[in-house]
Amino acid sequence: MSFTKAWELFQTYLPLFAYGIRITLFISLSGTIIGLLIGLVVGGIRAIKVEPRDSFLQSFCKRFAHALTSIYIEVFRGTPMIVQGMFLYHSLLKPVFGLNSVWAGVVIVSINTGAYMAEIIRAGIQSVDIGQSEAARSLGMTPMQSMTHIILPQAIKNAFPAMGNEFVVNIKDTSVLNVISVTELYFETAKIAGSIFRYAEPFFISAVLYFIMTFVTTRILRFIEKRLNHTASSYPTSQTVVEATVKGQL
Amino acid sequence: MVETILEIKDLEKSFGNLKVLRGINFSLRQSEVVCLIGASGSGKSTLLRCVNLLETPDGGQILFKGSDILSGAIDVNVHRQKIGMVFQQFNLFNNMNVLKNCMIGPMQVLKKSEAQAKEKALHFLNKVGMLDFAKASPLQISGGQKQRVAIARALCMDPEVLLFDEPTSALDPEIVDEVLSVIRDLAKEGLTMMIVTHEMAFARDVSDYVVFMDQGVICEAGKPEVLFTKPTQERTRAFLSRVLHH
Repeated sequence: MSFTKAWELFQTYLPLFAYGIRITLFISLSGTIIGLLIGLVVGGIRAIKVEPRDSFLQSFCKRFAHALTSIYIEVFRGTPMIVQGMFLYHSLLKPVFGLNSVWAGVVIVSINTGAYMAEIIRAGIQSVDIGQSEAARSLGMTPMQSMTHIILPQAIKNAFPAMGNEFVVNIKDTSVLNVISVTELYFETAKIAGSIFRYAEPFFISAVLYFIMTFVTTRILRFIEKRLNHTASSYPTSQTVVEATVKGQL
Repeated sequence: MVETILEIKDLEKSFGNLKVLRGINFSLRQSEVVCLIGASGSGKSTLLRCVNLLETPDGGQILFKGSDILSGAIDVNVHRQKIGMVFQQFNLFNNMNVLKNCMIGPMQVLKKSEAQAKEKALHFLNKVGMLDFAKASPLQISGGQKQRVAIARALCMDPEVLLFDEPTSALDPEIVDEVLSVIRDLAKEGLTMMIVTHEMAFARDVSDYVVFMDQGVICEAGKPEVLFTKPTQERTRAFLSRVLHH
């Protein structure tokens, strides 16, 4: 393994590495966002409670939806994404929907992330004090209004670190999609390595590139997190605020 | 003839094997202020929460202006619009500032325009003395201030009945009065209110009548000057001597 050789290879194959990075970021970002949307819906469904006032049909529908969502979550969290990828691509995504491997990759990462996001969202919803939804209901808000205006904004804020972590995980985990020939960074690296019969240098470059992507992403997420926790206000400080700040620093 | 706004008949509620309410009969007329007193666990808060269906009773009737809210024929969300509630833990929405807290109900539920909702919110914030804090986050203000905002938020819905669930129990003793004086003002204006409280002097002062609850039943109810000075029930006497002399 020689660093000069690695630097040389990096310059020579820059277009291929850059292409791999683009595909990796495209799939992990879109997969995380679509996964988040799936998670919001599924996590939201799982947070709906069966209430004593519900009619038989309502409570049946709720229980049925709960059962479906648990099956989805358990199956996709309980099997490796590499296996999900192979199975879904060859059974469904390619033959039935005619998707190419990159779009199939987006679908697979989305569905997989959705299962994790659903649990993150559900935990986020549960972390919001019950008093918040009681107050919303006491104003006459429907469960849907209470969820979208009061509970979810707070749940998402609470769950933001965990959601961001999913994105970082996805940047790394999209590498398993090479098994269905998605031309992401790992696949491109392997292609370069195979063509020159050298493995150490290309994969060293690959490791550095993955690290830069995750490191930068983590910093950006931390910055957003700080902004979220910063309560925007323009009102003059009073005694209470001073106390609160001091407590926060201790 | 003053209109009866709320009538509760044989109300029962259990949590598992625990019977919390065991046949409550009670009525509330327009502009009346009722304080519910009693030891912790006597069912006061549960009774209050049944009135706006935060708890679903197991038996009995709750008639709001003559129609049974437990019959299933009424829309729970529409019913709750008419019943305001102020909580022990304030429960201000932490994701919005004081002003938005007061505007969200009128805008989302009553479908008021933003301008109308804002005007009303500012009016009631001014009334509870919190106008200067309209832009503040609930995380930045004290307990007494939070509770005053919570009262303004409830008032913005123009409720026909306002329920208070131990509004001062989570407050430091020296700021209890700032909240109680707001409630006193509302009583003077003729708002119909049901108040669960441990503040006996306040209850005596503000109520049209006082209800003493014990072990899930109404043990004694009457005008405050009678109930506090000449209680007829032994249990009432025991409770009052415990809370008034220590």
